[in-house]
Amino acid sequence: MEKLQSSFKNMALSLTIIAMVAAAALAGVYMLTLENINAQKRAKQEAAKLAVLNGQEGVAVETAVDGFGGQFRVMVGFDAEGNILGYEILEHQETPGLGSHMTHWFKNADKPGQNIIGRKAGALQVSKDGGDVDAITAATISSRAFLKAVNQAYAEQFGAEAHTGASQLHHEEEEVVIIEETEVSHE
Amino acid sequence: MSNGMKVLTNGILKENPTFVLVLGMCPTLATTTSAINGMSMGLATMFVLICSNVVISLLKNLIPDKVRIPAFIVVIATFVTMVQLLMQAYLPAIYDVLGLFIPLIVVNCIVLGRAEAFAAKNSVGLSALDGIGMGLGFTLALTLLGAVRELLGTGACFGLRLFPDNYGALVFVLAPGAFIALAYLMVIINKIQNK
Amino acid sequence: MKNFIVAPAPHAHSGDSVRKNMLLVILALMPAYVVSVIEFGWGALITAAISVCACVLTEWLISRYLLKEQKQTIGDLSAVLTGLLLAFNLPSSLDWWIVLIGAVVAIGVGKMTFGGLGQNPFNPALVGRVFLLISFPAQMTTWPVPQGFGTSYLDAETGATPLYYLKHIAKTGDTSLVDQLPALRDAFLGVMGGSLGEVCALALIIGGLFLICCRVITWHIPASIIATVALFAWIGTPEGMDAGQYVAYELLSGGLMLGAFFMATDYVTSPMSAWGKIIFGVGIGFIMMVIRTWGAYPEGMSFAILIMNACVPLLNKIRPQRFGEKKK
Repeated sequence: MEKLQSSFKNMALSLTIIAMVAAAALAGVYMLTLENINAQKRAKQEAAKLAVLNGQEGVAVETAVDGFGGQFRVMVGFDAEGNILGYEILEHQETPGLGSHMTHWFKNADKPGQNIIGRKAGALQVSKDGGDVDAITAATISSRAFLKAVNQAYAEQFGAEAHTGASQLHHEEEEVVIIEETEVSHE
Repeated sequence: MSNGMKVLTNGILKENPTFVLVLGMCPTLATTTSAINGMSMGLATMFVLICSNVVISLLKNLIPDKVRIPAFIVVIATFVTMVQLLMQAYLPAIYDVLGLFIPLIVVNCIVLGRAEAFAAKNSVGLSALDGIGMGLGFTLALTLLGAVRELLGTGACFGLRLFPDNYGALVFVLAPGAFIALAYLMVIINKIQNK
Repeated sequence: MKNFIVAPAPHAHSGDSVRKNMLLVILALMPAYVVSVIEFGWGALITAAISVCACVLTEWLISRYLLKEQKQTIGDLSAVLTGLLLAFNLPSSLDWWIVLIGAVVAIGVGKMTFGGLGQNPFNPALVGRVFLLISFPAQMTTWPVPQGFGTSYLDAETGATPLYYLKHIAKTGDTSLVDQLPALRDAFLGVMGGSLGEVCALALIIGGLFLICCRVITWHIPASIIATVALFAWIGTPEGMDAGQYVAYELLSGGLMLGAFFMATDYVTSPMSAWGKIIFGVGIGFIMMVIRTWGAYPEGMSFAILIMNACVPLLNKIRPQRFGEKKK
């Protein structure tokens, strides 16, 4: 077959036909995959929520603080008493290999000293500042900022409670114990 | 060696897109943080390369010279978008990692380069073989680079742990390590080929 | 083919003159090294020994077996100097295998890949140092507290450096941390945490002045770096802190003095002309302060010098007017 000349008619025709066929093909693939893509997106959102709440009932709070390399955003999940169920770092610019470890450091179930899951938020501090959370090795500032974010998220959600005295905190803890006991007796 | 064989192996060794032609550096450097990521990127590019080579070779006489570049790009972009949609639907985990770099296959020089330099001048069969050869060369190079970076950076290869990851040099997972690893791989491959 | 190769002066004519200059620089580093051994004990000795031996050995192995050169270059002492400077930029309690990797990268990647002494665009010791900093950030930013000569190599007590506090103060405006900074006198004498060779500003200044007096280096680069940093710090002093005090801490902490006198002035990787050197120094000071203030790493001296190293071929376009040449 002869090669088509570059006349205006040929060029317009050839481009139009190619574009139309391409559009039709894309429309086909789009319709074919649409349902699956939406399902994947829903699954991803669910997974993120589940990860933060650890599959339990509770509330997810998003907050932002200044870290070592700039602002970062955290989503923290709490149960009704303000105990941490889980967290996810949504966005950060901490130093790779140092502050960036916070994405998993504070939920390492094998290291109770650094794990904050299950702890009561509000006044968490790194051990260097007199608290009982082990900071990331060589990244105290990032760790401090992270705990501040968690405490801040707690304060946003539970507001006044965060500032009540120690006695009430104690009282709440007692209540929790009682509930747990009744649950055990049911079984 | 038959002509077809020559076309096929050309892209793998003699004109390897990454190590010899040094084309498509953006995805090469950005997505090879691990062997699997490198390989996925390579395979996605290979799919686009084969499809676009075949279609462009088929259409070569129907496309007037003056509009060939826009026509090629439309064809390439169509296949890239297809890959993107298919990956999103069926391989979401890999799509999350490669993300932005999948749509960027459109501007990968190697795809347009082969369309212009090979598919527009050769038969459909040879163009398909060229696509496979170049695609394989690209995939092999990206997998190799990904494997080296993953091994040196994290102590694992294809996710298989070979030494504890605190002995890994983190720089290889980050951008500067990509340049260093690529440069030394090129040196070694040139050395072997020149023998 | 006409190939014009820009090789910055002073050119290495013979092994002898390179050797002599290298020896003078090593000599000038000795006061700082002695202070380091007094402060950090065995760690300073072991780290430097590993680094120097590994650098020399790497250079010898590469030139003997990989490049198959007839004449070996290790006698010119440049590898010894690279090893010593690398060690100066490392915490004294660093694991031995990390020091080893740093030395291999410094000589192998930073120097021999480009063709050996005189061809490398980047300061080899800093290439090694930055490679380690990015690769092993936790180990590289864990600095031992000076505890005197008896300090153990392996389990030295660690603590934050002044730069860490300065960054925190600048970021959060929390001036209560000012008390945590070492006294200015201690910072000047080197009684603070840091890489093993960078802590004692006094010893480094003595060494630097010695080099200027011996005409091994000129004043342009150190002076322009120090002036730029001082100006930047003075303008950017955080609220609630005394400007003079802040400027002094920025000047005395981190790798500034070591970098200004010994790393930035490396012949091969610094510009030739006086104006080139001054622009080079201003660039280093500026980039370093930008990284210190806003960057993700606490110290920016090594990054700043490497970035400006890359600009040297450009700065070498600034040349003195030749005799009889007409201005265009």
